Amino acid sequence: MSARPAWLRHALAAAAVAASLWVVMLVHATGQTLLALVLLVGCALAVWTYTSRRTHALRYLFPGVAAALVFVVFPMLYTVGIGFTNHSSTNLLDEARARQLLLDESVTVPGTQRPFVVLPAEGSRVRLQLPAHEARPALITPPFELPQPTAADPGAQGSSSAGAPVALQSEQAPSAAPIESSPWTMRQTVEHLPSLRQLTLTTPEGARLTLASLREFAQQQSLYAAQQDGSLVDRLTGTAYRIDRAEGFYASAEGDRLQPGFRVGVGLRHYEQVFSDGKFREPFLSVFVWTVAFSGLTVLGAAALGLLLASLLHWEALRFRGAYRMVLFLPYAVPGFISILVFKGLFNQNLGEVNLILHGLFGIKPAWFSDPALARLMLLIVNIWLGFPYMMVLCSGLIQSIPADLYEASAVVGAGPWTNFTRITLPLIAKPLTPLLISAFAFNFNNFVLVSLLTGGRPDLTDSTLPAGTTDLLVSYTWRIAFQDSGQQFGLAAAISTVIFLIVAAITLVQMKLTQKEAVR
Amino acid sequence: MAIVQPKSQRWRIVAAHAFLLALCAAVVFPFLVVLSVSLRPGNFASGSLIPSSISLEHWRYVLGLPYVGVDGKETLPDLPVMRWLWNSIKVATASAAVTLLLSTTASFALARMRFRGKRHVLTGLMLMQMFPAVLALVAIYAIFDRIGSAFPLLGLNTHASLVLAYSGGIAMHVWTLKGYYETLPAEIEEAARVDGATPWQAFRRVLLPMALPILVVVFILAFIGAIIEYPVASVLLTQQDQLTLAVGSKLFVHEHNFHWGDFAAAAILSGLPITVVFLLAQRWMISGLAAGGVKG
Repeated sequence: MSARPAWLRHALAAAAVAASLWVVMLVHATGQTLLALVLLVGCALAVWTYTSRRTHALRYLFPGVAAALVFVVFPMLYTVGIGFTNHSSTNLLDEARARQLLLDESVTVPGTQRPFVVLPAEGSRVRLQLPAHEARPALITPPFELPQPTAADPGAQGSSSAGAPVALQSEQAPSAAPIESSPWTMRQTVEHLPSLRQLTLTTPEGARLTLASLREFAQQQSLYAAQQDGSLVDRLTGTAYRIDRAEGFYASAEGDRLQPGFRVGVGLRHYEQVFSDGKFREPFLSVFVWTVAFSGLTVLGAAALGLLLASLLHWEALRFRGAYRMVLFLPYAVPGFISILVFKGLFNQNLGEVNLILHGLFGIKPAWFSDPALARLMLLIVNIWLGFPYMMVLCSGLIQSIPADLYEASAVVGAGPWTNFTRITLPLIAKPLTPLLISAFAFNFNNFVLVSLLTGGRPDLTDSTLPAGTTDLLVSYTWRIAFQDSGQQFGLAAAISTVIFLIVAAITLVQMKLTQKEAVR
Repeated sequence: MAIVQPKSQRWRIVAAHAFLLALCAAVVFPFLVVLSVSLRPGNFASGSLIPSSISLEHWRYVLGLPYVGVDGKETLPDLPVMRWLWNSIKVATASAAVTLLLSTTASFALARMRFRGKRHVLTGLMLMQMFPAVLALVAIYAIFDRIGSAFPLLGLNTHASLVLAYSGGIAMHVWTLKGYYETLPAEIEEAARVDGATPWQAFRRVLLPMALPILVVVFILAFIGAIIEYPVASVLLTQQDQLTLAVGSKLFVHEHNFHWGDFAAAAILSGLPITVVFLLAQRWMISGLAAGGVKG
């Protein structure tokens, strides 16, 4: 670093500052103020870190810590924030954007439609002719170039007329050149529709016409008229829609709401729904109880099996221990998404191999995916299958650290394996194992991948308004609220996520207390 | 131990072997079924574990070659498995490189430098691991939706967005690297410093070459982590051509579209290399395991 001359370092720093400011400006221009702010702060910190002489360690920490803060910590805080808003598929935009979209909505002024034909002129130029129609005289444009079609913008139909308007004049006017060619066929017209859509024509009376349909130009007007007090009035029906900032909608006196709505803060509403509204509370409680039961039973089952295996594999009288250990480690090494999907196939009611065997042995074909109790049992079986090797490895390590002379002493007094296990192994590994079991509990509490890939939370509870399944964990329940049902209720989902944060934080706290005690001993 | 063993010992050994063999069978059974199904003709045929007739139709399907289906017609595969595998490899390589870059430098500072707040950074990294990204999916989706309206190349449905989203997950790797750096003697770097090397030169020229083995391991672990990641990828990617294998595989075993044989072939094709690499790399991470890292 010191090899570089000072002027070069200053120039580089200045260039970096200029480039980042330019990017921040670009982002701000797209209306993403929050994002621009985050970028600005990030860039400012980066420039300070790499120019100040007092930041020796931060230079190495900055990229990693910044990435962790932006993509791990910030999403968590942002989730908490979204939990206090009505963010959902009906309230996606901010107020200004929603209002602009409503004001951009346009309708054809009734009775102004006029058929048109396109007449080719010299070169690529064309003339538009509006033949006489319902007592209005025939009008025609001078030859002009059709505008180039721009990239389709679905958000702004009808009102996207670009370029200067083309003036129409009466066909009888002395300046109007005579018509020399035959008009385009329908097919040609359709081909040029994107260009025609951008065209604005002005009549001699000053009215502006735009394309209204395949065959007609017409006068357009915006559907809603903005009033002094900020409300919008529907020009066709005369209904007034007042802005309702508590709900995030423009609503009429009768309660009709205009789409789209906009994002507003709703305070603690989602939390009230989850904890006191019966139709939300019951599925939430049922999902919560199953989540706790699922993680508890998984950890108990996997730990018991893992401990048993670890003890067996430490038994020196047993041969082939290395081979057993390798095979039993396999479920941990195979990517989770593959083994879970394999089990999804194996447990298939009619085609799966599990039912094939059960049918051959006992003549039964259990409905693993449609019976709630069986589906839960299946989840536990699969998760213990996935989780016991990890427990086996952990317990193995802990058992190895037990001094061998303890077992020799017990052999001298003639103790059997059961006594060895309950009096020596278990008491000695219980303490160091507990924090690991707690973190396994926390991990399974949020075991989204298993539930999402195996059952998707189904079979569903029949009596709930929001989709909630009998095998849903809190995380997969949240995911369904946010991404699966048609409402995309991000706000509600984020509120439930916040509740999960608190639960996980509590579990972590307990674990840290235990680990600290362990460290003190 | 030179102890006279009781007679019941032999029976206990037999029982232990029986139990272990039964468990091994339960572990291996799914894999044998998958191998057998991938070689069996048809997606619905269920037969014995050793297929009576061998057909490569599922392997042709997975490799994107036209295959002769059950109806006897030559058809082209409808799910782009190779494309997904390529997407996964692309994302995982980029993400592992970014992760390695971010965590090697950060862990150097944490292992070798003294500064205020070091303990807090370490505790913070530990805590971050307790809150998996799956809890913040709503925010991650909203954030990349917003980023996408400013930079379409980093928005939803891009692989770059996935790499960015994964780049925050460096906590476990920082701990692994820090642990390894601390086993290397600091005296060599100190000697370099005495000879006039800057901290950067000591890091780049002295420490990194010595740490090469662990860098490879961290790269592999980050690579596998990105390949098998499902929740974030399932939210950020929706277009079929863009999916990673972990998200796309789900489409095989759909209730109404049960591609059992095709899935089996895809599972072996993608799962086998990952498993082998993981088995080779895992002995390095046992220490990380005990520190509370749990694989998904």
